[in-house]
Amino acid sequence: MLSEIERRELEDAVKHYPDKRGAAIDALLTIQRRRGWISDDTLFEIAQFLEITAEDLDSVATFYNLVFRKPVGRHVAFMCDSISCWIKGCEQVQEQIKKLYDVDLGQTTSDGRLTVLPIACLGQCERAPALLIDQDVYGNVTPEKIEQIVEKYK
Amino acid sequence: MERPLTQHIHPDGTTRTLREYVKTGGYRCLQRLSSGLAPKDLQRLVTDAGLRGRGGGGFLTGTKWSFVPMGADAPKPKYIVANGDEMEPGTFKDRVLMEGDPHGLVEGMILAGYAIDAEVGYIFLRGEYHLSAQRLTEAIAEAYAAGYLGTPLPGTGFRFDLHLHASAGRYICGEETALINALEGKRAVPRAKPPFPQTVGLWGKPTVVQNVETLYNIPHIVNQGSDWYHRLSRTQDGGTKIYGISGRVANPGWWELPLGTTAREVLEQHAGGMADGVCFRGLLPGGISTAFMTEEHLDLPLDFSSIPPEIGRLGTATMIVLDDHTCPVGFVLNLEKFFARESCGWCTPCREGLPWVAKLLMSFEEGRATSEDLSLLKMHTKWLAPGHTFCGLAPGAMAPLQSALKYFHDDFERHISTRGCPWSKKSSQQKVLV
Repeated sequence: MLSEIERRELEDAVKHYPDKRGAAIDALLTIQRRRGWISDDTLFEIAQFLEITAEDLDSVATFYNLVFRKPVGRHVAFMCDSISCWIKGCEQVQEQIKKLYDVDLGQTTSDGRLTVLPIACLGQCERAPALLIDQDVYGNVTPEKIEQIVEKYK
Repeated sequence: MERPLTQHIHPDGTTRTLREYVKTGGYRCLQRLSSGLAPKDLQRLVTDAGLRGRGGGGFLTGTKWSFVPMGADAPKPKYIVANGDEMEPGTFKDRVLMEGDPHGLVEGMILAGYAIDAEVGYIFLRGEYHLSAQRLTEAIAEAYAAGYLGTPLPGTGFRFDLHLHASAGRYICGEETALINALEGKRAVPRAKPPFPQTVGLWGKPTVVQNVETLYNIPHIVNQGSDWYHRLSRTQDGGTKIYGISGRVANPGWWELPLGTTAREVLEQHAGGMADGVCFRGLLPGGISTAFMTEEHLDLPLDFSSIPPEIGRLGTATMIVLDDHTCPVGFVLNLEKFFARESCGWCTPCREGLPWVAKLLMSFEEGRATSEDLSLLKMHTKWLAPGHTFCGLAPGAMAPLQSALKYFHDDFERHISTRGCPWSKKSSQQKVLV
């Protein structure tokens, strides 16, 4: 069941569109901010609110990189692996994360603290390699600096 | 040298408030609308200025607007959409503008809306640009409070509403018809054209989708005129352009320069040349859907008209430099893996062809490639050429591959003859420290 607050947030989101389903992405992201990810049950609840089928909404949910249809850790690190970051050594940064936290791309640490995902170019190319943790951007990342950065996220 | 788009952006990365924006002439040109500049006049002004789309297409803005049905019989509502889904690898120019001066986009949207008589605008922003989202949200709220949005513009009867739509990360949303599907809450696959969005777009209504940087130009054209705008440029295309550079150069960054600046100037004068210890081999002039340029092309004026089609096109003007410590095959493999991952899967050549290309390139890197694989790669550049796919994603993906096969042919051959990558992993790790 959508909580009272969640329902109110969704009602705000649909105001900007002539048709409720226009808010599909806003709705998925809004509820995901509260619940961490989009479970099947959550998907049904949002679909019901938007007056579309859950299958229809799932075709949207599964399309986007930032909608999680599986549980994620308390924090999500998005590693840019596009060209400018690749030239500047993003693979070495990722290897260091793997070494430090025993987590590969697409996985979550065993303590549920951190999920590491690849991401398309973050638009921070002048300070490559870059990564995004939750909503914070880091540029000019090196294997040496990465532990200090990740340690801020418990 | 004038830098109308970026001259007021704070070097410390903080944003500009409404008060600062107004103090430097912001929203001033709305008075011109009130004092009788009709939508048709605005269209003519922008057409005369020669403003071309800064997202990479280079389409004339005035011409784009001219396809929108106008007058009392035109379908209502009409929409104007800012394409802020900046996901083209190597491209970061729209972020610079939206973070640094968000009101410029709001004002550009109001003017573009006025030009086509649109009542509603959406800013379609990529989901990862959290700082842009926050600053645009604040700017939109300020513009509502000040009466620039949501209240009829005095003397015109024109009232404009503007909403921010944060997307959830998918490259194909930058394609205008896929973007329209995404805004409607659907899976973001492209639509067939015709009908073009200018007549049948968002929710079936006339819609103009424009790149963020393009929209930032419009207030300046209205304030200072089309002759002034032409004088900013060195070539027949009007205005300035935000040029960027990334890769192993001394000083990666962005600069607003006259359209028609050459790659050599950007690289040598602004970016300080190559980083210590590496040499230039080539560059992609504007994102990864453009063809490589090499030493011989560095003095071409970078605009929408001066680059011969057989060489390539400008794209977003944010360059990515290939140096001699980086494997050109590995470079192109990275690009094709990106395209394969971000293909929307709607049409077969793109969905199946791009992963095939990536696998072929991988076989070069792993030392398994034969000369037959080289022919297969070349054939893909024809199979995925324009006209063979539903939208421009796969043909865009072939631009760097085709040109790499031309300029770095010997490097591909060397991967075959030495059964592996001459820039092996071990050595590249050492060279990353360069």
